[in-house]
Amino acid sequence: MNHPLSLAAVVLVCLTTLAVGGLGLRLSRRTSDFYVAGRTVSPRLNASAIGGEYLSAASFLGVAGLVYGAGVDMLWLPVGYTLGYLVLLVMVAAPMRRSGAYTLPDFAEARLGSRAIRLVSSVLVVAIGWLYLVPQFQGASLTLTLVTGAPSWVGGFVVMVVIAAAVGAGGMRSITFVQAVQYWVKLTALAVPAFVLLLLWFRDGHPAPVVPPDWNVPLTPTGPGDHPTYRTASTVLALCLGTMGLPHVLVRYYTNPDGVGARRTTVTVIALLGTFYLLPPVYGMLGRVAFPVLPEGVRSDSVVLRLPGDLVGGLGGDLLTAMLAGGAFAAFLSTASGLAMSVTGVLDQEVLRPRLARFTGGDAPGVRGFRYAAVAAVVIPYVLSRVTEPLGVATTVGLAFAVAAATFAPLIILGVWWRRLSTTGAMAGLLVGGVATTASLGTTMARDDLGGWPAALLANPALWAVPLAFAVAVVVSLATPGRIPASTTRTLVRLHTPERVRLARSRIRD
Amino acid sequence: MTGSIHWPTAVLVAVTMLLLWLAVWLLRRSRRRGFISETDRATYATLHTASLASRHLGEGLTPEAAERAGRHLLAILGAHAVSIATPGSVLSWTGTGEHHRSLAVPFGERTLETGRTVAHGGEDVACSDPDCPVRMAVTAPLVSDDLVIGTLTAWTEHSSPGLTRATEEVAAWVSSQLALAELARTRNQVVEAELRALRAQISPHFIYNSLAAIASFVRTDPDRARELLLDFADFTRYALRTGGTFTTLAEELRNVERYLVLEQARFGDRLSVSLLVAPEVLPVSLPYLAVQPLVENAVRHGLATKEGTGHVTITATDLGAEAEIAVEDDGVGTDPERVRTILDGARATDSVGLGNVDARLRQVYGDEFGLVVETAPGAGTKVSFRVPKFAPGVHAQA
Repeated sequence: MNHPLSLAAVVLVCLTTLAVGGLGLRLSRRTSDFYVAGRTVSPRLNASAIGGEYLSAASFLGVAGLVYGAGVDMLWLPVGYTLGYLVLLVMVAAPMRRSGAYTLPDFAEARLGSRAIRLVSSVLVVAIGWLYLVPQFQGASLTLTLVTGAPSWVGGFVVMVVIAAAVGAGGMRSITFVQAVQYWVKLTALAVPAFVLLLLWFRDGHPAPVVPPDWNVPLTPTGPGDHPTYRTASTVLALCLGTMGLPHVLVRYYTNPDGVGARRTTVTVIALLGTFYLLPPVYGMLGRVAFPVLPEGVRSDSVVLRLPGDLVGGLGGDLLTAMLAGGAFAAFLSTASGLAMSVTGVLDQEVLRPRLARFTGGDAPGVRGFRYAAVAAVVIPYVLSRVTEPLGVATTVGLAFAVAAATFAPLIILGVWWRRLSTTGAMAGLLVGGVATTASLGTTMARDDLGGWPAALLANPALWAVPLAFAVAVVVSLATPGRIPASTTRTLVRLHTPERVRLARSRIRD
Repeated sequence: MTGSIHWPTAVLVAVTMLLLWLAVWLLRRSRRRGFISETDRATYATLHTASLASRHLGEGLTPEAAERAGRHLLAILGAHAVSIATPGSVLSWTGTGEHHRSLAVPFGERTLETGRTVAHGGEDVACSDPDCPVRMAVTAPLVSDDLVIGTLTAWTEHSSPGLTRATEEVAAWVSSQLALAELARTRNQVVEAELRALRAQISPHFIYNSLAAIASFVRTDPDRARELLLDFADFTRYALRTGGTFTTLAEELRNVERYLVLEQARFGDRLSVSLLVAPEVLPVSLPYLAVQPLVENAVRHGLATKEGTGHVTITATDLGAEAEIAVEDDGVGTDPERVRTILDGARATDSVGLGNVDARLRQVYGDEFGLVVETAPGAGTKVSFRVPKFAPGVHAQA
C-alpha cells in the first residue's frame, strides 16, 4: 500500500515534534506581569497533558486490535486503563504530591531514606520504561509499513531518532501545553474517522459483525488451555495498580501546585480517558463488519488503519487514513518521549553522571551525559523491539503494567498508608515482585510451548505476583521492626495533612 | 527476521558470556589481593573500620551516634565491650556485660577531673556472674576545646598495656572526629547567622527608600500610597518571618514582585522588568530568600548607577529533574574578580546577598549547585543557579 497523504501526515507530526523540542522555552510566556507569570498549571491543562502522554500505541491501535481479535473480553482493557487513575486518585495522588517527589526513586528515598532502595527503584524505572517503549516502536513500524510499504524496521527507527533528538535537545518534555494539545489531537484523529465510519455503517443498514461464536460471549475459553476468567482478572489488576508505577505519569503530578490540585487533575484525567476509550471498541466492532477474516500475515493491530481505506475508499478514505496515521504517530511520539525522558533522567542521574564525573574529574559538561543517556534510553528498547517476538502491542504494554503493579504499587501504597513499613520490607517487596514478574515475562517471551495453567500464570503474572509482593513486604516489615525509618511519623504527617491547614494561616491578603 | 533467532542458543550464549565475565572478575579480584601483605591488610581493615565509625560521629556526641560508632570502635579495640559516657549519663554500651553499664559514669569521674587515662582493676568491677568476661576497664577522656566532654571505656578480661594505649589513641581519634563535627556545626551556624543578617540587612537602604517613595505619593495619590504600604508590610513579614527554611518558587516570586513594586515606585519608568517563567517549575522548593537578593543586587548594583532605562529579566526554566533560575540585568556590570571575592567571602562587602545565597545553595544541594555569575564591566550581569526538583529533606513551608 502507498498513501502519500498518510506519509505527509506522519512527516508533519515528526517535524512538529522536533521543532517543539528545539524551540523549548521560547514557547513559554514572556511577560512583565507577575500575576500572569505566577499562574500555575491548571488541573484541566495538566490532566490533558497526562492524557496526551498516557494514550500510547496500545490505546490507539492495540485495544481495537484486541477487541477485533479476542472479542468482548477485551473491553476490560480500556476499563482497566482508566481504573488505574481511580486507584491513583483514591490512594496516591494527593499524598504523592505532598511528598515533594519528582520521580518514583525520589518518593522511595523521601519515604524510606535509603540509597539502596533508591537504586533498586531506579533500575525498575528503567526496566519498566524500556518495556513500555518496545510496543511504541513496534506500533510505529507497523503503521509506517502499512502506510508506505517500507521495511518493518523503518518506523521504529524514525521514532527512535526523533525521540533521541527531541529529548537530547531537552525541550520536548517540559512543556505541559504541548502534551495537552497532543491529547486533543489524538482524540480528534480517532473520533472523526470513527464517526464517519459509523455513519457509513448506519447508511449501509448497520449489518451485524460476522463473528465466531465465542467473540461476543464474555469469558468463554478459546481452547482447552485457555483460562479467560483468570486472564481477565489478572490483566485488570495489573492495569489498576500498574498506572501508579509508570514513570512518565508520576512526573506530571509534580506540576500540580498542591494535593488538591493533584486530585482535581486525576478526576479530569478519568473523564478524558473515559471519553477517549469509547472509540477503540468501535473500531474493533467495525473491523469485524469489514473484515470477517484478516488476510494471512496481517496483524490485528492494523485494523484501525485498514478500516477507512476499505469502508470509504477514494480520497476520503485516504484523508481519514492519513488522519489516523498522523494521530497514531503523535501517540507513539508523545508517549515515547515522556518515557524516554524519564528513563534518560534516571540513567543520567544515577548511572552516567557519577561515572562521567569520576573519569573526567568533573570536567565533562552535564549536558553530554544527558545526551548519552538519551541515546541509551531509546536504542536499547528499539533493539529489544526488533528481537522480541511481536506479541501484539497491547499485550506488551500489559507486561509493563504487570511489572509496575508488582513492584511500585506495594512500595507506594504501603509507603503512603502503612507506618510499619520497614526499609528491609520495602526492599524485599520490590525485589520479589520485580524478579517474579520479569522472570515469568522472560519465560513467556522465550517459550511458546507451555500451554494450560503454566502459560496462563506466566503470561499474566499480576494476580499472583502482586499479592505475593505485598505479602512479602508486610511480613518482612513485621519481622524487622528495627529497620522502620526514624522519620516515618513525620513523613506520614506531611503526606496526609491537607495544604488547607497551612493556607488558612497564610491567606490574609487574597 | 525474528524467526531466525534460536532462543535456547541465544540464552546459552548470553549465560556463558556472563559466567565468563564473572570468572574473570573474580580472578582479578583475588589477584589484586595477592599483592597485599597480612600487616597491610590488617592496617587497611582498621582504617576502614575507623572510617565507618567516623561517618557516625559527624553529628556530634549523641546517644544514636555513640551507639552506631560504638560497634566499629569495639572492632578496633578488640575488647569485650565499649561504652561512651558523658558526665552524668551513659550514652551507649556495645558488647557483652551490659549489667555493668551503671559503672561507666563513676569510672569516668576521675578521668573527667584529671583528663588522664585510668585503668580500673578487679575489685572495682566486682561481678557475681562467673561467666561474665568483664573483669577490668580502661577509661580514656574525650576532649573538645581543652575540655573533657566525655569518656570512652573499654571493658575486658585482663588488663594489658596495649589495651590502655589503644584506648587512649582511639579516644584521641574520636576527640578529633568530634572536633570536626563541631566545626561543621559552627559552619552551619555561620550560614544561619548570615541569613539572619540578610534579613536585618534588608532594612536600612531599602526601608528608607521605600518609605520616602511612599511618602511622595501620600498627597498626590493616596490610594497608591496605601497599596504600597500594604506591599511593604507583606514584604517585611515575608523577609522577617521565623521558621521554615524552604519555600516554593511561586511564593518567592510573589515576594520579588512586592519588592519590585516598591522599587518601581522609586525608579518609575527607569526600571522595567520582564519574566519568562515555565509554569512547571513554580512548585519547586528552594531556600527562602534565594531569588530576591539576586534581584535586589541587579537593581542596586546594575541599574541604580546607570543612565536611562534599566531592564531586569527573571527566567525560570524546566530542565527535567532540575529547574534553572536566572536574574539578568543590562546595567553597568562589574569585574569578575570582584564577584569572585564576594562569593569566596574573603572580603567584607556590601553584597552579603550573593555570597549568602551561594553558601546556602551549596549547603543544601551540594557544591555543584552554587551560583553562576556571568559579568563584565559595561556588559550587564547574569546570575543563575539550578535547584533539583527533589532533594531529601527539602520541603517548602508557609
